[in-house]
Amino acid sequence: MAGFKEYTGKTVGMDRTNVDTDQIIPKQFLKRIEKTGFGEFLFYDWRYKSNGELNPEFELNLPENQGATILVTNENFGCGSSREHAPWALLDFGFQVIIAPSFADIFYQNCLKNGILPIVLSEQKVQSLLERSKNQPYTLTVSLERQTVSDEEGLNESFEIHPYWKKLLINGWDEIEITLKLDEQIKLHEELQLNK
Amino acid sequence: MGKSIIDKIWEQHVVYKEEGKPDLLYIDLHLVHEVTSPQAFSGLRMKNRTVRRPDKTFATMDHNVPTVNRYDIKDPVAKNQMEALRKNCSEFGVPLADLTSAEQGIVHVIGPELGLTKPGMTIVCGDSHTSTHGAFGALAFGIGTSEVEHVLATQTLWQTKPKTLKLQIDGKLGVGVSAKDVILYVLSKYGIKFGTGHVIEFCGEVIESMSMEERMTVCNMSIEGGAKAGLVSPDETTFAYIDGRKYAPQADEMESWKSRWKELASDEDAVYDRVIVIDGSEIAPMVSWGTNPSMTAPVTGRVPYLSETKSETEKKSIESALAYMGLDEGQQIEDIKIQKVFIGSCTNSRLEDLRAAAEIVKGKSVHEGVSAIVVPGSQQVKKLAEAEGLDQVFLSAGFEWRESGCSMCLSMNDDIVPAGEHCASTSNRNFEGRQGSGARTHLVSPEMAAAAAVYGNFVDVRRLSPAVV
Repeated sequence: MAGFKEYTGKTVGMDRTNVDTDQIIPKQFLKRIEKTGFGEFLFYDWRYKSNGELNPEFELNLPENQGATILVTNENFGCGSSREHAPWALLDFGFQVIIAPSFADIFYQNCLKNGILPIVLSEQKVQSLLERSKNQPYTLTVSLERQTVSDEEGLNESFEIHPYWKKLLINGWDEIEITLKLDEQIKLHEELQLNK
Repeated sequence: MGKSIIDKIWEQHVVYKEEGKPDLLYIDLHLVHEVTSPQAFSGLRMKNRTVRRPDKTFATMDHNVPTVNRYDIKDPVAKNQMEALRKNCSEFGVPLADLTSAEQGIVHVIGPELGLTKPGMTIVCGDSHTSTHGAFGALAFGIGTSEVEHVLATQTLWQTKPKTLKLQIDGKLGVGVSAKDVILYVLSKYGIKFGTGHVIEFCGEVIESMSMEERMTVCNMSIEGGAKAGLVSPDETTFAYIDGRKYAPQADEMESWKSRWKELASDEDAVYDRVIVIDGSEIAPMVSWGTNPSMTAPVTGRVPYLSETKSETEKKSIESALAYMGLDEGQQIEDIKIQKVFIGSCTNSRLEDLRAAAEIVKGKSVHEGVSAIVVPGSQQVKKLAEAEGLDQVFLSAGFEWRESGCSMCLSMNDDIVPAGEHCASTSNRNFEGRQGSGARTHLVSPEMAAAAAVYGNFVDVRRLSPAVV
């Protein structure tokens, strides 16, 4: 996983609440055994009409939102199923950053493990980003090091992230490698359990 | 200051603590299924890593499996995924309850059934309904595939301690009101994210008097409220369920385990981050009408009017749910016509669920225009139900009696609800497209699903109950 420091990209607003992972990637696409290639099925039932044609009204299909890599959305994004295929699909489609007032717990973790930065901003701030990105191309710059989201017109918001996840993301570290260094402690725990 | 069971289990499992880091938590049991594990095993292989504790890992296949002609898997991609699990388990030495096994079933049904699930354990699975195992006083939660790989390699996870929420349900449930109605009622009242960042401890008279299978139904849907996990302090009901099962402690060790498990129960003066108290006697049989589990009303109630919404966001989401569900605002729940019925899933596919549904169906017939299936949660449940003759009750009423698996809960196999049809389902999620593109799911208890199959629309099972009549 490559390190995440600063990122500038076009945003797309998706003013929907409680977007569940069944919508992000429907179940019929969970049968593959690889992590790649899920992007074409992202938001499948919303992106395509039942005859397979693109749904021109869906946010991601609007002309001004083409090439967007930062998703701005509403509360409780990623709720429901634990499927990591959801962040795999978002990443494969091109998303690097997701901004929302809140995320479901498992989805938030799944994003971090794949180098997608989930950013929590207040509902009011997210609303303002949604307004700014409406009907026009809108670019944001995200600095994970400074923990800020900014635009060219002077907007500058800060966000919180656990220092440990921040460090992992910035360095692109393999978490298993870190844990394996604690093998002695894990063994000790196992021995204590056995002797209880 | 007293401790809750959540605090106690957490403390017993911290392997490593360091300022500025989450805790490194030991995992006692790792359950694995075919859909969320292949990429994790591939990751191990790429880095030349092994499974640290295959003896604490147990796999089965459930999501993809056909419920008719189960060895004839037509979808090559699904077949390949199941083959991959076989190959991975054999290569890494992980025990597998394969399709041919008498122990095969939905991962959250077989864990408890085999006695793998025990109080005080930390249990994970690449599946959000892992919270089911919390019914035994275990800290059980769903994880993503990267975390599955981490647990396979290290038997641990980095975890920040969640907040604690005590959800106390006092009083007694009315006749015809089930565990499913309890959790649907909670979701209808507190929404689908009230539990985010929390572990819920369910307690109170209603929970205490529940069987283990009922407690599993309640804990199963904790995730539907956004909670990391849901659990119940273990008691004699818990111990009696575990006793004698395949992986339960040996008979001569049971007493000493019981006394250890008893100590896990929350202290009288335990402190929680949040407390919610509910009166169980207020709960009616519930039916979901919308596209998330909080969009649920009592069977005697109705779909909301848009004018009743509190915000523009709420109005928008109800409007879109009603459009998807093909319902009118203000429509009575009992007026909703049903075309499909699904009795199954990790929420409601155990023996007691099938008994409760059979009790309603006995001597009656599935309504014209309704197709109804029963999918037992495991091969063991199927066998026990057949020994009691439940299969015959369902078959003679016109239900189909299937092989075990996740089936129509998420329709990864061929069990799909056609677009536009309304399905009374004992599963856990009514999200758009969950049971098939355009499928309209109504979450209900097994009793309510059975009654809907017979009448072709929702009926209040309290009116059918002999104890009331």
